[in-house]
Amino acid sequence: MPEPMGFFTDTTVCIGCKACEVACKEWNQLPARNGGVGELSGDSYDNTRKLDGIHWRHVRFIEQFKGPYDGRWLMMSDVCKHCVQAGCLEVCPTGAIIRTEFDTVVIQSDVCNGCRACIAACPFGVIDINPVSGTAQKCTLCYDRLKVGLEPACSKACPTDSIQFGAIAELRTRAHKRVDQLKAQGVKAELYGADPEGALGGLNSFYLLVDEPEVYGLPRHPQLPSRHLAKSATFSAASAAVLGVLALVGLRKRRMDELGGGGGSGGGAGGGGQN
Amino acid sequence: MSDTFFSGAPHWTWFIIPYFFIGGLAGGAYFLAALLDWFGRPEDRPVVRTGYDVAAVGAILSGLLLTIDLGQPLRFWHMLFQSANFPAIMFKGWSPMSFGAWGILLFGLFAVLSALGARAEEGRLQMPALRAVGGMVRGGVAKLVAGIGGLIGLFIAGYTGILLSVTNRPIWADSPWLGALFIASGVSTGAATLILLSPRRGATERSLGWLSSFDARALVVELIALIAFIVSLGSVNRVWMSVWGLLLLVGVVWFGILAPLRMHARRQPLATSAKLVLVGGFLLRLATMLASEGIDHYRVAVGL
Repeated sequence: MPEPMGFFTDTTVCIGCKACEVACKEWNQLPARNGGVGELSGDSYDNTRKLDGIHWRHVRFIEQFKGPYDGRWLMMSDVCKHCVQAGCLEVCPTGAIIRTEFDTVVIQSDVCNGCRACIAACPFGVIDINPVSGTAQKCTLCYDRLKVGLEPACSKACPTDSIQFGAIAELRTRAHKRVDQLKAQGVKAELYGADPEGALGGLNSFYLLVDEPEVYGLPRHPQLPSRHLAKSATFSAASAAVLGVLALVGLRKRRMDELGGGGGSGGGAGGGGQN
Repeated sequence: MSDTFFSGAPHWTWFIIPYFFIGGLAGGAYFLAALLDWFGRPEDRPVVRTGYDVAAVGAILSGLLLTIDLGQPLRFWHMLFQSANFPAIMFKGWSPMSFGAWGILLFGLFAVLSALGARAEEGRLQMPALRAVGGMVRGGVAKLVAGIGGLIGLFIAGYTGILLSVTNRPIWADSPWLGALFIASGVSTGAATLILLSPRRGATERSLGWLSSFDARALVVELIALIAFIVSLGSVNRVWMSVWGLLLLVGVVWFGILAPLRMHARRQPLATSAKLVLVGGFLLRLATMLASEGIDHYRVAVGL
């Protein structure tokens, strides 16, 4: 059994070249554009804007400028987090989403029927419909390449090693050393998703960030969608019980009124109550 | 900011919103019909028969809407059977959509059986095969089918709200009250549908009176659940500062709940009040769905 594999993305060395995006599209034969329509964001050099069914890698550009000479660019190559406790896998009603022997999460496109439950379940907004296949799609962590001992296309193409691929345990050790190094230099650096005791049992694609998670478009406390299941089901059952009792009480009252009032046949048919 | 604002919209819109509405009222109508079948009087039979018809038609429409909405409609059966291991069952008890797929199938089966039984009772079935099936659904069997089907109907009316809560989307996943709200709304719209349709099948004034009285109580439960829903949203409520908030306040609360309650108290025409309840039930689904669906664009607009 192979050990869990994943990505460690050090955002401090990302230069925003988008080589990872291109390598991902090339290897996975994803269309460059959605239906041939070129969309420019209009307010950023980043025209991809977000992860979706045809963008399984996305280099996020965060422009923090207070004035012409006071600002910085933050860049982060974003991807599916391959959560140890995956919300998408939890809700998928067809069994199309599976956990592989590498502890990664993969959508089987020939099983998915495009119900889109996984899209709403993912706390990171990673999954979307691929308009070509009509199914939900996302990063597979290049499962086909892993099977033959190759590293994923994105990390292979990354020119600065911002995206590092490897065994999760080793990546975590490397990430902690990098954080210590940056902190020693006075840089505010934190790991996101590296804690196996943390949210979702840890993320198999985790990040080194130098600002708050929200700045990078990441939720601070990602949760499983099932967190509301028991409570929601209980409230619904209570509502159903109340309605059932109200209906029965109403029927009983009607009967009592009939007995008390001498009964009656109920009048003629055909919408007498409409008047 | 709630963590739900970082998720993506599932594009559940113009097929799913009508499904939520039709499924809810069909489930509610079946529940009420079954209740009258079990505990009502012989004079309630027109309402019972109408309820079974509404449930059967609603179940078929629901199945069609859900199938058309899929990205790969011909694979709808993947929700019921394992595609690579047919005929092994595909079922996840902890996934509301998986549970719901089976719920819809069973609901349709029971609703059609009850409707056939009711039509056979009236002697309105011409085809021998249907007459044979309808003829079997009578007496104790009919009551058993109605009892189980009525409970499934109640489930169908509310599971859609639970399904929305078991996501990571803003509004939906920020409250555990949507299931309770949708059940009350489903039963209320079911009662309204029966008030409008059953007079044509010969419903008596007394039956309609009970339906109207129950609908008023269901509307009160719906209002309480709606208040609990809004209170539980906390800071997320700022999303209602939009056209959807206006629709929720004016369309759902005023025209869909308070106005029918007022009309009920003043003993004004049942049909007008029932129509308002139906409009309110539809707008509730519309506002709840689209207010959340639109937040993906909001997220991009603020540069997240």
